[in-house]
Amino acid sequence: MSELIKVENLLYTYNSKVAVDVPSLEVEQGDLFGIIGADGAGKTTLFRLLATLYKPKKGKITVFGEDTIADFYKIRNFTGYMPGKFSLYEDLTIKENINFFASVFETTLEENYSLIEEIYVMLKPFENRKAGKLSGGMKQKLALCSALIHKPRLLLLDEPTTGVDPASRQEFWDMLLKLQQRGITIIVSTPYLDEARMCNKLALMHKSKIIANGNTNDFISNFPKLLFHIQASDMRKLIHQLREFPHCHSAFSFGDSIHYQDNRDKSQREISQELKTYLKTLGQSDVWVSVQNPTIEDAFIEYLHGEQNND
Amino acid sequence: MIEVKNLVKKFGKFTAVDNISFEVPEGEIFGFLGANGAGKTTAIKMLCGLSKPTSGSATIAGYDLVSETEQVKLNIGYMSQKFSLYDDLTISENIDFYGGLYRLRGQKLKQKKDSILQELKLQQQKHDLVKSLPLGWKQKLAFSVATIHEPKILFLDEPTSGVDPITRRKFWEIITATASKGITIFITTHYLDEAEYCDRISIMVNGKIIALDSPANLKAKLKVKTTAEIFAKLTR
Repeated sequence: MSELIKVENLLYTYNSKVAVDVPSLEVEQGDLFGIIGADGAGKTTLFRLLATLYKPKKGKITVFGEDTIADFYKIRNFTGYMPGKFSLYEDLTIKENINFFASVFETTLEENYSLIEEIYVMLKPFENRKAGKLSGGMKQKLALCSALIHKPRLLLLDEPTTGVDPASRQEFWDMLLKLQQRGITIIVSTPYLDEARMCNKLALMHKSKIIANGNTNDFISNFPKLLFHIQASDMRKLIHQLREFPHCHSAFSFGDSIHYQDNRDKSQREISQELKTYLKTLGQSDVWVSVQNPTIEDAFIEYLHGEQNND
Repeated sequence: MIEVKNLVKKFGKFTAVDNISFEVPEGEIFGFLGANGAGKTTAIKMLCGLSKPTSGSATIAGYDLVSETEQVKLNIGYMSQKFSLYDDLTISENIDFYGGLYRLRGQKLKQKKDSILQELKLQQQKHDLVKSLPLGWKQKLAFSVATIHEPKILFLDEPTSGVDPITRRKFWEIITATASKGITIFITTHYLDEAEYCDRISIMVNGKIIALDSPANLKAKLKVKTTAEIFAKLTR
C-alpha cells in the first residue's frame, strides 16, 4: 500500500458550523500535495485534524495506517507540522529554538543536521539572534528547520508562504522540491495559485468541501472548454464588453490580458473572428485574440464559477 | 495628488526609507511593490501621516505632510487585510464608527450608510455581526467604509490577501471603477499579476525606489514578458 494518508467521511464542526466535510481523500507516499482555497475554506482545520491536534467529530483519518485519535502519539513522532501563524519562541535564539524542538523529540541538531543543512546555512550567520527579531523570510526558514529536526516522514505546512514576497516564495518552493526528492511526503496549503503547479497533486477546497482533487496536470488537460487570451487598446472597458457579449461563458482578468470562454462549441477560428468584429464595432483597436493554455488558476475559477452559479 | 520629495526615514542607524521621490497624478492606480523588509510599510505610514519623516517633504491631496498632517488624514482612506473592520460590531455599527472617525454626523452619516447598505445589498443584514460575513463581503464593506468620507486618495495595503481568485478579480473591478471616478489609488500586493492592473508600478529595494514606470514599459526595458519576471530580476 502506498497510500500514506486516508481520510474517510471526515466531518469537523465548530458548534453548529461545518468547517471540514471531506467524504474521502488519499495522499500517497512521496506526494507534494497542495491544498488550495481561500481564507475560511477550512484548510487550517483540515491541517489540525491531520496533525492530530483536533479529533474528528465524525469519520476517521489514518496516517501510515495509524489512527489520528488512538495512535496520535505515534503519528506525531513521524510528522512535522508548521502552523500558519509563526509559533516558535520569539525570545529564544535560532539555535535555542531548534535545540528545543530537537530535544522534545529526543534528538539533537547535530544528529539530523544533514537534513536541514541547506536551509540552516542561510540561518547560521544569525544563529544567536532572537527569533522575534528575524525577517519574515528568515522566520519561515527557521520554522521549516524546526519542523524537520526530528526527521519526519510527513510534513504538514499550513500556508507557509502567505505574506512572503515573491522572490522568497520561489526560494521556499525550491526547498520543498528538494525535500520531496528525499522521499518526504509534503502536504502544503497556499492562497497563491501560481505556486500550486509545483505540486504533483492538488485539492481545491471551498466552503469546507473539496470540490476537485487529482493530478496537477489533469486539472489542466481536463479543462472543459477552449480558453481565449484577449487584449485590446482599452483594457478597462474590454472586460465589461466581453461579459456583455451574448455568448460569453466567463471573462476574467489575468495580468495584461482577459481570459475568455465562449458558451458555444464553435471552432477557434469562428469565435476569434466574431470576437474581433464585435470588439472593433465597440471602438476597440489593436484587438488580439489567441488560444490560451489553461493555468491552475483558470481551472479553480472554472470550478468556483460552477459552484457560484449553483448557489 | 501625491508628491514626494527626498523622503527619508531612519530608525537609529538603520535607514528604512532612503531618499525616495515620486509623483502620482489624480485617478492613477499606483502599485507600490517590493520585497518584505524593503521599506514599503514604513513609507506608507509616513504618507498617511502616522510616522514623521526624518527628512524630506511630501504633499498629499494638496496638504503638506508635516505641517498639515490632520488635513492629510481627513483626505485619505486606508484599508488593509489586517486592519479593517471590527468583527464584534455589527455592519451598521462599523459604518457608524468609521463615519464618526471621519467626522460625518447626523443626516450626512445616515445617507452615506443607507447608500453603502443599498449598494452592497446588506440592508437586511445590517444588524448582523461583521464576523458572520463571508470574507469577500467583509472586503467589500471594508472598502466602502474606507471611502465613506469621499477621500481623494485611497491607500490599499495588500487588500486582496487570502481571498479566492474570483473574489480577488471582482475586488479589482471595484478598484478600477473607483479610480475612474478620479480617486487616486496607492496599492501594495504580493500577487504579481495584479501589478498589471496598475497604471504605473514602483519597485522598492533596500529603502530605495529602483524602478518606476508602467508595467508595459518596464517589461520592454528589462526584456521580459511578465511582471513576475520584472520583480524577480530587480529584487534578487
